[in-house]
Amino acid sequence: MNDVFAQLVGQPEAVATLRAASRAAAAVLRGEAVGAGAMTHAWLFTGPPGSGRSVAARAFAAALQCTEVRKGPFLSDSVVEGSPLNDEAGPGCGVCTGCHTALAGTHPDVRFVVPDGLSIPVAQMRDLVLRSATTPANGRWQVLLIEDADRLTEAAGNALLKAVEEPPDRTIFLLCAPSDHPDDISVTIRSRCRVVPLRQPGAEAVSTLLVERDGVDPATAAWVAAAAQGHVGRARRLAGDREARDRRAAVLAVPRQLTGVGACFDAAAALIEAAEAEAAASVAATDAAERAALETALGAGGTGKGSAGAARGIAGQLKDLEKRQKSRATRAQRDALDRALLDLAGFYRDVLNARWGGAVAPVHADTAPLAEAAAQRWTAESTLRRLEAVLTCRTAIDANVKPRIAVEAMMLELWQG
Amino acid sequence: MVSQVPSPALTPVVLVLGDEELLVARAVTDTAARARVVDPAVELREMDADTLLVGELAEALSPSLFGGRRVVVLRRGQDAKKDVAAMLLDYVKAPDPEVTLVVAHAGGAKGKAIADGLAKAGAEVVPAAKITKHRERVDFVTSEVRRLGGRCQADAAEALIEAVGHDLRELAAACAQLIADTDGRVDAATVARYYRGKAEVSGFAVADAAVAGDLPAALEALRWALHSGVDPVPIADALADGVRTVARVASAGRGNAFQLASSLGMPAWKIEKAQRQARGWTPEGLVKAMRAAADCNAAVKGGEEDRGYALERTIAAFARARAGGSR
Ligand SMILES: [Zn+2]
Repeated sequence: MNDVFAQLVGQPEAVATLRAASRAAAAVLRGEAVGAGAMTHAWLFTGPPGSGRSVAARAFAAALQCTEVRKGPFLSDSVVEGSPLNDEAGPGCGVCTGCHTALAGTHPDVRFVVPDGLSIPVAQMRDLVLRSATTPANGRWQVLLIEDADRLTEAAGNALLKAVEEPPDRTIFLLCAPSDHPDDISVTIRSRCRVVPLRQPGAEAVSTLLVERDGVDPATAAWVAAAAQGHVGRARRLAGDREARDRRAAVLAVPRQLTGVGACFDAAAALIEAAEAEAAASVAATDAAERAALETALGAGGTGKGSAGAARGIAGQLKDLEKRQKSRATRAQRDALDRALLDLAGFYRDVLNARWGGAVAPVHADTAPLAEAAAQRWTAESTLRRLEAVLTCRTAIDANVKPRIAVEAMMLELWQG
Repeated sequence: MVSQVPSPALTPVVLVLGDEELLVARAVTDTAARARVVDPAVELREMDADTLLVGELAEALSPSLFGGRRVVVLRRGQDAKKDVAAMLLDYVKAPDPEVTLVVAHAGGAKGKAIADGLAKAGAEVVPAAKITKHRERVDFVTSEVRRLGGRCQADAAEALIEAVGHDLRELAAACAQLIADTDGRVDAATVARYYRGKAEVSGFAVADAAVAGDLPAALEALRWALHSGVDPVPIADALADGVRTVARVASAGRGNAFQLASSLGMPAWKIEKAQRQARGWTPEGLVKAMRAAADCNAAVKGGEEDRGYALERTIAAFARARAGGSR
């Protein structure tokens, strides 16, 4: 099965919507009339991290660029409305050049906006909006896919709004954000978009996907799916990456280590250092490649007339690059820390669940005995306070509080209860 | 002529061992200056050992046709190729009296045989290793002040390092500035007065009073800091650092400050100060104070309009947390 929408785990409503829209889009390209609202120029994919917002947007982008002619209701009069083909058929074969390059990020008419840093700057947005208005190279659609639309600066959002308000005929905007709350996406942009809400897939659905598509053994798939708390990418990493498993184990050892005030500060330092190391490793290769590419492009080490002036320009560009890379590193650190905090929150959830008689399966199967032991000693109130402390810490880091300070305050509260 | 007699300090081969840029640069300049005393027209040649050919080295070390002294600076000595290294080790046995050879060597395991060989054959060794220990950094500052003709106690050096940071170039520049602006006696009060405008120092003054439980002094220091234009963010950071320091020192037990210094990674004077401040704090009070510090950080980072009030509230929360635990 190569259908691009097959990647969407446990999201039948979203898949139905996107299939119908892809068929309508194909009909538009053939010059057929489609009903009002069958195809929309601006889409907003919402859902918690790991629910597959960007996977859904990419799959849709691929379906829009799919060149494989398949039988569909708009193609053949012989297909009756409501027949099985209505749901199953349509663009998005996953194997044609259009699908393939769109998914791989190399399609000339699909532009991805993935913020390197904490925000998407207005200059970048203006440039993209301008280019999205050009005629599609392959005669189909110009697709602009913004992966973290909640990270648009206000000015960048305004630049985008102008384009979304009056979209060029063949341009489609795909935006992804955690929710359609005004904190995440401006009300005016939201009002121009068709929203595709995605759910956090259940552990079962994630586990099935890992077994069927990635060939993970069922036992491993089951525990990593639970531990990843609905985050498909995280589950896959836990299944395949030994270091990710080790880091998780170190995080889950924290509750046991909090034996006093001094230990809390040590645990905080260790958690921050681990996040920094993980982030540094994740951006190192990209950083080096970017720097090498820029140096080559600028002809570093060039001599001759005007090279002093050129050198000043080079220094400026290198400085810009360093700034961007620093911003990306900061973001990678926060993301790594957030994953650790989610793991930790899962543990305290398990304790709470154990206190209430273990109504649901634990998040972390491997530390379940520990959670049960803690449930014997801690009151429900103090466990709730601990869970609250972890969630407060996540919010604080998101609000730009120095991670070290936020984590230290949290560790002390986890110790005290 | 300045002098007909060669300066007794001028040796034919100098090995600069280490990778602290400032110290390496200094050793090279010092050597060149000493040579210049002997011959004001001394010729200075610099080359990189890693790309140097044996013929080029031989040429550089051979006597000049027209006479005259020469200083040859060989950088990255650790990267010298085999034949160049062999020539160096051979040359050092019978160096040319008219040439001063300076070999800069990073001091690591790479090319260690070259460094060892030169030292063994009698080269003058100038240490230039990176300073990593706090004690050595303090020594650097005191000796730097002495070098510039002033005097400086360890506590003043500590204060200067806290205000300026670890970069040796910046520390050296700060020493020169202090010497130029004072009569040469640099004490802790001078440093505090001189770096008062520095956010860290002002923030630390607020935090010191706040964790010591001196509410009026802390509020006054805060008002003064805000009035003189210090940004609230570093003050909030200093408040958190104050609680952190007291908490870590208090939970490390009653040890000797010098023994605790390495395990806590803090200078002894800071530990002694925190040990005094720790009296009156309980673990419960520290938990509350750290929470207040984290909330304060969120408030000054843009969550709140009146950032000065957020800081005042935090200082008051510290006082309550401390009093609540001192019963
Ligand atoms: Zn296709």
